[in-house]
Amino acid sequence: MGKKQLRRVDLIFANDDDYLQILKKSLDIPTEEIINEMINSGLKGRGGAGFPTGLKWKLTGESKGKQKYIICNADEGEPGTFKDREILTQVPYKVLTGMAVAAKVAGATKGYIYLRGEYRFLVPLLNKEIEKFHVLCKDAGLDFKVEIFLGSGAYICGEESALMESMEGKRGEPRNKPPYPTEVGYMGKPTVINNVETLAHTFTILKYGAKKFRDLGVQDSRGSKLFSVSGDTPIPGIYELELGMTVQDFVDDFSDGDCKAVQVGGASGFLVPRKRFAETNIGYQGKLTGISLPTGGSMMLFNSSRSMFNVLDNYLDFFQEESCGQCTPCRVGCQQLVKGIEAVKRGDKPASYLDKLLKLTDTMKYTAKCGLGQSVANSFQSIVENFREEMIY
Amino acid sequence: MTEVQTLVKELADKHGRKRENLMPILQGIIEKDRFISEYAMKEIARELDISTAEVFGTATFYSFLDTEVRGKYVIRVCKTITCAMKGKNQILLALEDSLKIKVGDTTPDKKFTILETNCLGWCHKAPAMLINDDVYTELTPEMVRQIIEEYRKREELPE
Ligand SMILES: Cc1cc2nc3c(=O)[nH]c(=O)nc-3n(C[C@H](O)[C@H](O)[C@H](O)COP(=O)(O)O)c2cc1C
Ligand code: SF4
Ligand code: FES
Repeated sequence: MGKKQLRRVDLIFANDDDYLQILKKSLDIPTEEIINEMINSGLKGRGGAGFPTGLKWKLTGESKGKQKYIICNADEGEPGTFKDREILTQVPYKVLTGMAVAAKVAGATKGYIYLRGEYRFLVPLLNKEIEKFHVLCKDAGLDFKVEIFLGSGAYICGEESALMESMEGKRGEPRNKPPYPTEVGYMGKPTVINNVETLAHTFTILKYGAKKFRDLGVQDSRGSKLFSVSGDTPIPGIYELELGMTVQDFVDDFSDGDCKAVQVGGASGFLVPRKRFAETNIGYQGKLTGISLPTGGSMMLFNSSRSMFNVLDNYLDFFQEESCGQCTPCRVGCQQLVKGIEAVKRGDKPASYLDKLLKLTDTMKYTAKCGLGQSVANSFQSIVENFREEMIY
Repeated sequence: MTEVQTLVKELADKHGRKRENLMPILQGIIEKDRFISEYAMKEIARELDISTAEVFGTATFYSFLDTEVRGKYVIRVCKTITCAMKGKNQILLALEDSLKIKVGDTTPDKKFTILETNCLGWCHKAPAMLINDDVYTELTPEMVRQIIEEYRKREELPE
């Protein structure tokens, strides 16, 4: 069988010792040109929503206001995602460079890294790096300061508006959108918020130019992407792969030979059963990483010994705990789903009850206020529809 | 001034007294006391000149801002999918057995608390747990017993 080897890429973790030159060079390029370069690269946000990064910077730059902010989203809470931690550990200066250039483009003087509390052990290392970075910025004539803001164990704070509420000292409850952060962000000011990985990719673009980045990937999914691989695989870890592979390509490289399903995109993503491996692409235009998937790059493999009921039960328990509780469809919906599938499993409810629950997730998709409640349907529907017997018996 | 009052004042001096300084202040209390008492919340509210209800609202939202008494070492075992698949239950049993308490409880000497938490971002090295800020990965029941033994020894040494 002609097995296609996945294209491994080594850009993000490559240790570029020319960081100072790249930073200086980038700060000398006119703003207009940087924006064009970012847009031409095709880079889309790696935090999940996939918004074009260049456009986000541009919009924030055009928003009125003297005070603007750059925020690096390092809340990384999606189950099965651990790449941002590795970036911050190995190449934090790339993220900082991305922030500095975003600051120049948007006209911001202050930046924050919102670091999840679970990664607090990284603070000393990051602060050392930030200190060095401040000196470099000063030398390069850029008035820009970065500070770490620590989270305290709340997945919902990865959602950008909840994150800003949290930074303002409030409960991490998502805001209504619009207005978007590019206009009304932290402290009501225009704010660029980008995922750690997105910012690290901007370093690659600044260093090698948009073309090198654009040449990787396919159509609407340009560049490389970090994948966090876990579950039933002999080689769990973090891999930088070119976008545009199918789940089958992925399984060929990573499974232990007995893979029955892959969860793409974490608990808020989709479960892909074996029969769909070949036809399912991983990228931005495919159904899989469609519009509001909360995070990118989580790949969890399940082999045939795993109970898909346990998997779904675990996800729902996660959502029930992490729902901010602000809106009823999500708060009550998550509770009903957990209770519901457990009742069906015990035999207290008939199998047809699953159809009611499926409908409930549809309602949540359309009525929940933020991506958390809206995406519960993803895993619920893809698991229940493909492994219905496992839910019942 | 009580100890808590002094701590709250120190934290407010360090971080500021605006609403956006609330999280770092609450985190500072946790770092020192491992939980935020009602009394501490009242003191923070007074120091920042906001209502106690606001402080309470924020503090109770976050799973790491405990508002119940906790031990000096708070152990949080990941219970999310990969850790659950890779033996999280055995890890919990080993902890419960070593410390003679159940999940959610604190040892009578107020040294250890066992809690469960959601994905810690170490799924490729599951099962994982935190003890305060320190991460432990690829755990086995045997390792867990050793780790607890080490913390106990550390506690017996004069400070
Ligand atoms: C429930 C939820 C959780 C999220 N968690 C994260 C996260 O941990 N990290 C992240 O970068 N983006 C997360 N996002 C996406 C952010 O809201 C936002 O889209 C992202 O930070 C934008 O950065 P990007 O354009 O660079 O991707 C989450 C979204 C939702 C709805
Ligand atoms: S959908 Fe859920 S998490 Fe989002 S605002 Fe509503 S209750 Fe909160
Ligand atoms: S599932 Fe336990 S660390 Fe991610």
